[in-house]
Amino acid sequence: MTDNLVAIPLWVAILASLFLLIGAGLSLIGAIGIARMGRFYDRLHAPTLITSWGTGGMVMGSMIIFAAAGSRVPFHEILLGIFVVVTTPVTLMMLGRAAVYRDRAEGNPDVPHAVEEPE
Amino acid sequence: MSLLLIQAATWIAQLALAIAMFLCTFRMIRGPRAQDRVLALDALYVCAMLQLVAFGIRSGTTIYFETALIIAMLGFVSTVALAKFLMRGEVIE
Repeated sequence: MTDNLVAIPLWVAILASLFLLIGAGLSLIGAIGIARMGRFYDRLHAPTLITSWGTGGMVMGSMIIFAAAGSRVPFHEILLGIFVVVTTPVTLMMLGRAAVYRDRAEGNPDVPHAVEEPE
Repeated sequence: MSLLLIQAATWIAQLALAIAMFLCTFRMIRGPRAQDRVLALDALYVCAMLQLVAFGIRSGTTIYFETALIIAMLGFVSTVALAKFLMRGEVIE
């Protein structure tokens, strides 16, 4: 790996490093949101930052590096990005439904109220 | 030069992801209710996956990316099972 990395041009390295730093920084911001926000329904929005731009940035940087180094085809990163983007809405949707169900069953006051059906 | 740049970027990225994992662990321990803990566990899984991607860039072998794929899949299945358990009280009806 290190032999291949020396050969890649500098602007490719700068681009890939930029993507890596953006991805890791946005993951950190999402985790700060998880730790700092007050209610569960606010906190439900924070991990989407990790799974959208955090994963996207890291995967994009890795794809750029391995495509420029030419050591392997970046197939795992494509799979990883598609998998995370497809599965995150499903998990967060199910978790939010479960939380709403539990809060309504206990009669908590700060539940989002039901959407009224149009006539 | 480009080697040094990429190594520095992966080090900083791994540091940021480690802090993110620590914050998720804090919420998982602290979280007032069960759904907060499940949400923090899901975010922790994704952060661990990104940590493995950064480690795979640094070492250059394929096996860390396969591990990251497996971790992503396990995280999805476990979070869906836990959400189902919170909703219904049992996983398989």
